[in-house]
Amino acid sequence: MEEILYFLQQVINGLTIGSTYALIAIGYTMVYGIIGMINFAHGEIYMIGTYVTFIVISALGMLGIANPFFLMGAALLVAVLVSCAYGFAVERVAYRPVRGSKRLIALISAIGMSIFLQNYMRLAQGSRDMAISSLIPGGWEFGIESFAVNLSYMQVIIFGVTLGCMLLLSTFISRSRLGRACRACSQDAGMARLLGINTDMIISMTFVIGAALAAVAGLLLGMYYGVVNPYIGFLAGLKAFTAAVLGGIGSIPGAMLGGLLLGVAEALTGGYLSTEYKDVVAFGLLILILLFRPSGILGKPEVEKI
Amino acid sequence: MADALRNADNSDMSSTTQARLAGEAPLLNVRDLAMQFGGLKAVDGVALKVHPGEVVSVIGPNGAGKTTVFNCISGFYQPTGGEVYFEDKPMHRLPGFKIAQAGMVRTFQNVRLFKEMTVVENLLVAQHMHAERNLLRGLFKTPGYRRSEKALMQQAGDWLERVGLLEFANREAGNLAYGQQRRLEIARCMVARPKLLMLDEPAAGLNPNETRDLDDLIVSLTRDEGISVLLIEHDMSLVMGISDHIYVVNQGQPLADGTPDEIRHNDAVIKAYLGEE
Repeated sequence: MEEILYFLQQVINGLTIGSTYALIAIGYTMVYGIIGMINFAHGEIYMIGTYVTFIVISALGMLGIANPFFLMGAALLVAVLVSCAYGFAVERVAYRPVRGSKRLIALISAIGMSIFLQNYMRLAQGSRDMAISSLIPGGWEFGIESFAVNLSYMQVIIFGVTLGCMLLLSTFISRSRLGRACRACSQDAGMARLLGINTDMIISMTFVIGAALAAVAGLLLGMYYGVVNPYIGFLAGLKAFTAAVLGGIGSIPGAMLGGLLLGVAEALTGGYLSTEYKDVVAFGLLILILLFRPSGILGKPEVEKI
Repeated sequence: MADALRNADNSDMSSTTQARLAGEAPLLNVRDLAMQFGGLKAVDGVALKVHPGEVVSVIGPNGAGKTTVFNCISGFYQPTGGEVYFEDKPMHRLPGFKIAQAGMVRTFQNVRLFKEMTVVENLLVAQHMHAERNLLRGLFKTPGYRRSEKALMQQAGDWLERVGLLEFANREAGNLAYGQQRRLEIARCMVARPKLLMLDEPAAGLNPNETRDLDDLIVSLTRDEGISVLLIEHDMSLVMGISDHIYVVNQGQPLADGTPDEIRHNDAVIKAYLGEE
């Protein structure tokens, strides 16, 4: 019984982290699906989202506002708006000018953008950890006398918000006209343009949607851990990228699945082996997928885009 | 090839339309078009006109630059020289989506459907520019949005029926048979409500029956919908049968132009197809 509950606890923790990986991974996968490049600055957008969350919550806290849900809502709104602006600007500044050129050039531009954003945040906010106290503490406990499973309120909020975001995105992509245009662009952007679709606008929109979801992830994880520094985007970005590849890059359901799987795999490693091996397992998984199933779990076999 | 050229039966179609004879303003006017890739002049000095209601063909040996001409006109490439006027408005500096919005829509030699979308979605995408795109109205599904969505569906359904694909509406486009995919492509262009439809080798890979259907379809488009058609095609019986005017391109340069009859008896054209004696 104890073993089962212990396992359950790890899975809950894993799904919590995993669902935020999934949110970030969607940004990678959508951008890849539409222009075939990896947006390596995406992790930094997540980091910026976390910073904005902290700043808004601290500022409103200083004004004496204490309602945690109001704080969270306000932080969400501002973080999403600011991150969207960054996502839009990053595409305009770093990717659109080099879109026609070789992939390597776009990749270098992306990495440059990532380094720039990281250092800009370091200069603007300092390189030390910033912390906020937990806004929504507490949770439920259940289990037997010798072991209790913890499910914190924050974890439930993370599940809920993530699920909501994914449902919203899925509906948007599958039902709306812009979503339809988005899918058309990801299948054949050249043809879509010649049918009157402003592909540049669709690409911008893809970056903005990805940035918004990254900001949501930034808010959720920031409130969960309570700490931020300018370097968190790097690891989170790599993890989400791994999740996207695991699920099949270019596939949105794949990114969701990949994120959850990666989170659970990490948590189980932490629970049964050692937390120090978490990253080893995550990136070991990445290598294994690339070796044995490069198209990912839900991805289709890669057809080279010309 | 020259035999085909000479023998292709010229049906009772009127050659050289009234509009062309009367010197009316053309719908599409391409002047001195040039496209250079590095040191290679793929197209040099090509000029052509399409008048309202005409079927105009561009023919020439393989590698003559016909498709490059199409790519320049439709905005798939930015031409390195020359001018493209559509309804007297300059097109040669516009991005492809603006050209489509102006009323020129094309197909490619190879089928370029959105293969992982359903047949009807392929058509709905092509109606994008005519559709209400307000995100909020879309999210909340206001009555106006629903109405316009319904109108789009109606139009898509009509066209699917016309090209005989209505029963496959919810099938993935990539799973259709080749001939069906070709027809779907034309339907997809038509729901975009073009004034000029540009078809790049629409009969390639079709059997004689399908080619005849295509012939009927193109004729009905110009007659019933009042659109003009610019055509690249190797099937000489199709070209000679439906064209009002033909332009011949060879090695990127204009070789001749005229009615099907004139082209059929043009020595330079025959020489280009057969090679020098």
